[in-house]
Amino acid sequence: MNEQSGKTTTGPAAAGSALAARPGLATAVPAAAQVPMAASPAAIAIRDLDFFYGSHHALKRISLDLPQRRVTGMIGPSGCGKSTLLRVLNRMYDLYPGQRATGEVLFDGQNILTGGMEINQLRARVGMVFQKPTPFPMSIHDNIAFGIRLHEKLGRSEIGARIEDALKRVALWSEVKDRLREPAGALSGGQQQRLCIARTIATRPEVILLDEPTSALDPISTARIEELLDELKVDFTIAIVTHNLQQAARCADQVAFFYLGELVECASADRLFTAPSEKRTQDYITGRFG
Amino acid sequence: MGLHDPGLARRRRLANRAITGLCGLATLIVLVVLASILFTLVVRGAGGLSLHALVTMTSPPGSHGGLLNPIVGSVIQTGVATLIGAPVGLLAGIFLAEFGAHFGVAGAVRFVSDMLLSAPSILVGLFVYLIIVAPTGHFSGIAGSIALAILVIPIVVRTTEDMLRLVPVSLREAAAALGAPRWKVVLHVCVRAASKGIATGILLAVARIAGETAPLLFTSLGNLEWSVNPDRPMASLPVTIYQYAGSAYEDWVQLAWTAALLITAGVLLLNIIARAGLGRTDRT
Repeated sequence: MNEQSGKTTTGPAAAGSALAARPGLATAVPAAAQVPMAASPAAIAIRDLDFFYGSHHALKRISLDLPQRRVTGMIGPSGCGKSTLLRVLNRMYDLYPGQRATGEVLFDGQNILTGGMEINQLRARVGMVFQKPTPFPMSIHDNIAFGIRLHEKLGRSEIGARIEDALKRVALWSEVKDRLREPAGALSGGQQQRLCIARTIATRPEVILLDEPTSALDPISTARIEELLDELKVDFTIAIVTHNLQQAARCADQVAFFYLGELVECASADRLFTAPSEKRTQDYITGRFG
Repeated sequence: MGLHDPGLARRRRLANRAITGLCGLATLIVLVVLASILFTLVVRGAGGLSLHALVTMTSPPGSHGGLLNPIVGSVIQTGVATLIGAPVGLLAGIFLAEFGAHFGVAGAVRFVSDMLLSAPSILVGLFVYLIIVAPTGHFSGIAGSIALAILVIPIVVRTTEDMLRLVPVSLREAAAALGAPRWKVVLHVCVRAASKGIATGILLAVARIAGETAPLLFTSLGNLEWSVNPDRPMASLPVTIYQYAGSAYEDWVQLAWTAALLITAGVLLLNIIARAGLGRTDRT
């Protein structure tokens, strides 16, 4: 199991009844669950969102707030719509004909679904990291510079400084500073994923969407990225889809449980994992289905 | 149940051996054919290979001529054909792979391109004869280049499209997720990711046209004199081989072998250089 040293050992109320039923989960502590959710206004507000793959109704009347500078975890069995929701938030679904969303997704006062905001502008402000690391076939330096140059005209040294800053934030700088010109594909999987996160934050988004960012990584790399999330939420609003309930418990401030395209329940991490109000949530986190 | 049946295990072992044996035999046949062609080429061609043959012009039988003008003519015509055909094929391949889905003509373009891929090259030669040589009234190097370029295009179209389709969706999404417009995703990420395969396709095309004879017979014709003027008939190695190999003069036949060896060695060299170059820049 990928237990994280340091952070996971001091759980007071975490080991509730629901958690105890699943071995390993008992040690998980909701990170920063103490912070009241109301203290932070919504960076993104989702209202009555429906989503269709052709005629398949994949998301049903979803309403959810992503509070600013908080981590929102999205959990649920495969096919429940959590990744689909993530792909609505930066309009990734636009790449594919036949996929459409109705309802409202309010970001910076605008409904992003109606196209008032230029789509590439939106994606610069709402970044995304994927399940599999996706380094571009270019050098480490150029991987990050690519994203920056898309949106800003900067001199060589300014870009260099931005790259250094981004790599330092993902704790990759010391490992790659002497080989920035080498192909990014030569890095290990965990390093590649941190590079992808660096690439995303280098464009200075407000929101970062992570779609199972650690499911292809080993436990040590996973722990590093989880630590990283804790640091990043100081500046960014984060939404993370994960199959790993402990990860959701460790990293997320609030957790949303999806089932069959519905948002069953959204609550602070300690509440959802210790005293869920819905029976379906209880069943899922205790391993009765999914 | 059947897993512990000794008969089944034996049958599988035999089948395994039989298939392995057949594959080995097929490989052997291919290698023997290839090796014997190369062997014959080297044995027969190397005899005429000398600096003299490389730096002397073609001349009448018995006067100790060389291959200088066909070599230069081939390099020029193949080079110009690649410069014309590769960009056209590249762009068409990108269109088909990346933007074709939105256009009805894409299917037609792909179909025509594939037909062209298997069209006899002599037809292409006749076509260029009709649209260029006949109207201008004379054979020319540029007509030869255009005929060869027409052969290059469908090869490059097909390999470019295929290679771009192999670029994983995740890479496109990752680039789009950074806010990159479609054309930048395609040009800076997809084409780059596929660059090795695309370059291989272009090389394949060069290798193919370097040995083409038929389309040149009706276009650049060949030239026994020195000429690098693209508006005049131009010599080329394949046409020289065609003329010399069928002649009754021993020294011309020898030069034909040497010319064949030169084409083969040239294509081989090009491949090695390209592979070395690509291997260095794109190590992922």
